[in-house]
Amino acid sequence: MSQTVDITLNVNGEARQVSVAPTLSALNMVREMLDLTGAKMACGEGECGACTIIVDGQSVNSCLMFAVELDGRNVTTIEGLQSPEGLDPIQQAFVDHGAIQCGYCTPGMIMQTKQLLAEIPNPTDDQIRRGLEGNVCRCTGYTKIFDAIHDVASRTSS
Amino acid sequence: MTEIENYLAPTTIAEATEAMAAGGVVVLAGGTDLMLQLEGKSDGTTLMNVRRVVEMQGVSVDGNRVRIGALASVSDMMSDPVIAETAPVIAETADRFASNQIRNLATIGGNICNASPAGDMIIPLMLLDADVELSRWNGGKVETRNVPLDEFFTGPGKSVMAADELLTAVSYARPAAGFVAGFDKTGPRPALEISMVSVGVAGVRSAGGLSSPRVAYGSVGPTPVRGHKVEAAIDGQTLNDDVVAAALVAADEDVSPISDVRASDWYRRHLVRVMTQEVLNNVANG
Repeated sequence: MSQTVDITLNVNGEARQVSVAPTLSALNMVREMLDLTGAKMACGEGECGACTIIVDGQSVNSCLMFAVELDGRNVTTIEGLQSPEGLDPIQQAFVDHGAIQCGYCTPGMIMQTKQLLAEIPNPTDDQIRRGLEGNVCRCTGYTKIFDAIHDVASRTSS
Repeated sequence: MTEIENYLAPTTIAEATEAMAAGGVVVLAGGTDLMLQLEGKSDGTTLMNVRRVVEMQGVSVDGNRVRIGALASVSDMMSDPVIAETAPVIAETADRFASNQIRNLATIGGNICNASPAGDMIIPLMLLDADVELSRWNGGKVETRNVPLDEFFTGPGKSVMAADELLTAVSYARPAAGFVAGFDKTGPRPALEISMVSVGVAGVRSAGGLSSPRVAYGSVGPTPVRGHKVEAAIDGQTLNDDVVAAALVAADEDVSPISDVRASDWYRRHLVRVMTQEVLNNVANG
């Protein structure tokens, strides 16, 4: 029987305590132990970005991160964007522009957009392309994703 | 191969190396390579997360030397003021590394320890004649040795680092005035590519060329390599057509690529010539 490690972290503004196996991924921890199933497992090797979460203000591939490393950290998942008043403006813009086809990449796209807009509030097409370089939409619905990002950027930065 | 059963999270190099002296330790830093290498099985039974070791974090200056803690992330290289001032080629290379999400996790020390022939961050550090700092527990205290990065790698995934040694930092001397450097890599797309070929060139600009040049290649042999023959061909020379032609012949001799899923030997040699000429031109002429 393997040792489990007790970790304390803040997830979407709430203190959580979990006991994890040393090699468990952050993705499996949030999905299986915290029931936060927004972050998706797709490639499992950091190539697609569907598992993107934000840890202490930095986006990461949660499939490549060890859950033990989240001890003492602040984690935001897609579930944490929504407030009682409604969707995050980025989520709303994705809905408004139909920037969703099958939807599997969407949580990762939105979390990485959150990171991008925190660094560059009004990005150019090239800056969006660079910012989302680690996220893949296999439906290839990129045009509407760009439209949604430009729209939310103009709404929030003006 | 065994299962990971135990977990350690030391906060000092002393604690970490003492644990490694007991054997069976797998070191975790960023985890981006390790997660895929473990897949539930490993060479050790204890996972040691070194991320809380303060002495292995951040970039610092000690006299003439710049020390990059092994835990500094690839993203850190893009925003650190000391790196920007002393060796912008490190930031330039970091900007080409994987994706935002991976750069935020992956560490400089991890990229070196993984000892991939395609490890991007190794190339600019080779141009800077960097040393790696290896620490181990010996006789009740931490013993440290510095190994030139040039002599660190012995094969794919292999290095001179012993099983009980921990890579704690990489350091380089502040480059001379007039030092310039550049990096380029090739893959099918700009992001998330394991380089088919990477090239770095550096030197002090002089008389239409470079003096004390440094040339380094990735993905062209079992380890990242210095282009010693190219360096000899261009050292102090004005880069006219004859000198460049000689440098490209030398480049072909400096590399020993294989054919694999990413590119053929032939194509890699072609890329080495084209990219050497381009990076050399950019670095020497600005």
